[in-house]
Amino acid sequence: MSIWEYANPKKFMETSGKVLPWVAIPAAVLCAVGLIWGFFFTPEAENFGSTVKIIYLHVPAAMMAINVWLMMLVTSLVWIVRRHHVSALAAKAAAPIGLTMTLVALVTGALWGQPMWGTWWAWDPRLTSFLILTLFYLGYMALWAAVEEPDTAADLTGVLCIVGSVFALLSRYAVNFWNQGLHQGASLSLDARENVADVYWVPLVICIAGFVLMFVTLVLLRTRTEIRARRLSALLARERMA
Amino acid sequence: MIALILRDLRLAVRSGGGFGLGLAFFLLVAVLVPLGVGPEPATLAKIAPGILWVGALLSCLLSLDRIFALDFEDGSLDLLATAPMPLEGVVAAKTLAHWLVTGLPLTLVAPVLAVLLNLPAQGYLWLVASLALGTPALSMIGVFGASLTVGLKRGGLLLSLLVLPLYVPTLIFGAEAVRRGAMGMAAGTPLLLMAGITAGSLALLPFAAAAAIRVNLR
Repeated sequence: MSIWEYANPKKFMETSGKVLPWVAIPAAVLCAVGLIWGFFFTPEAENFGSTVKIIYLHVPAAMMAINVWLMMLVTSLVWIVRRHHVSALAAKAAAPIGLTMTLVALVTGALWGQPMWGTWWAWDPRLTSFLILTLFYLGYMALWAAVEEPDTAADLTGVLCIVGSVFALLSRYAVNFWNQGLHQGASLSLDARENVADVYWVPLVICIAGFVLMFVTLVLLRTRTEIRARRLSALLARERMA
Repeated sequence: MIALILRDLRLAVRSGGGFGLGLAFFLLVAVLVPLGVGPEPATLAKIAPGILWVGALLSCLLSLDRIFALDFEDGSLDLLATAPMPLEGVVAAKTLAHWLVTGLPLTLVAPVLAVLLNLPAQGYLWLVASLALGTPALSMIGVFGASLTVGLKRGGLLLSLLVLPLYVPTLIFGAEAVRRGAMGMAAGTPLLLMAGITAGSLALLPFAAAAAIRVNLR
């Protein structure tokens, strides 16, 4: 048994079909529990009022926005090194999810920032780097859409993803250098001395787990769709030839 | 390699368009901004570093889609790809030619435009230094973007979308160096960081660009 067996589309379809409900149901349950717990059963924080509750959407979405890009980087590398089509299709499938997560993080952040910071938008380093990340996602998806030949598209977007990762990282630190931030420092780590209070921490972690599983579900679903679309176009091409 | 650079330079100068166009665009940006923002010297002095850098970046962007498109159409890119010179070398030569045609003139013209925008006197040195060190990175990143979109029919707009996010770190450090220099603060750190980005891009991106061209010619 090795993980590369799943590079075979048939094997991938079989296994992912079986795994899908086992990921989808826990994802739904965790998201529901975390969000309902967070929205209705946590106290309102001092100085923040009920606005604090947006954290249950904002933080998981923001974490996923970055992690989705990392996942795309890994799958792009796998595609470029080992030429497994499933890997390239998984990267393609993940990009719109990542873009959505980035936008959710930006919008919920704006909704929270309006009452709390007194502004919808500030050129805070994290906001700025997320805006730049949005542009990276858009460029990546636009390149996928623009190139017709699927293998060429996979290769080009793979190269773009790798180069883009380096520049996204550079931008993040460049932006830090450029402007001081409004965001708080890390306050969810397991080892930090000052963390968010447990009342908020537990539902938040549940939400994060829910978002991770939701992402896995969506990526599996979308990759399956991509594989089916690829098979369909192959069938159509064969019919045209005949 | 030198022959290739000379060929590109000759093409750029003689075929018109590319060479003067970027400079004219740069001039237009520097003229239009005061018309839009208002003529107050203090305001202009404050935004001059950013405007000059954004202007340089945009005029660099203007000529990118010409780098490979013409060669791709008439087939000379195929010849270059099969030539004994490695494709990475071709990419480096193209980058150098593009920089000589856009980045270098922009750097030389920038101080004149800085007068229009009322840049404080101590900023001029930093402006020229940062553009001289930063525009090679702009050319290199642009060549990478152009190599990604070389096979596409209408790659122009897509090219901007791909390249502009990649320009962010260079722009931030470059404009920051000029801003600090103009305000009389120490500007060495952003300048060095930007030079680092330039060096890194020049060292690594030819390989990525050559890989993309090989894919596009397949």
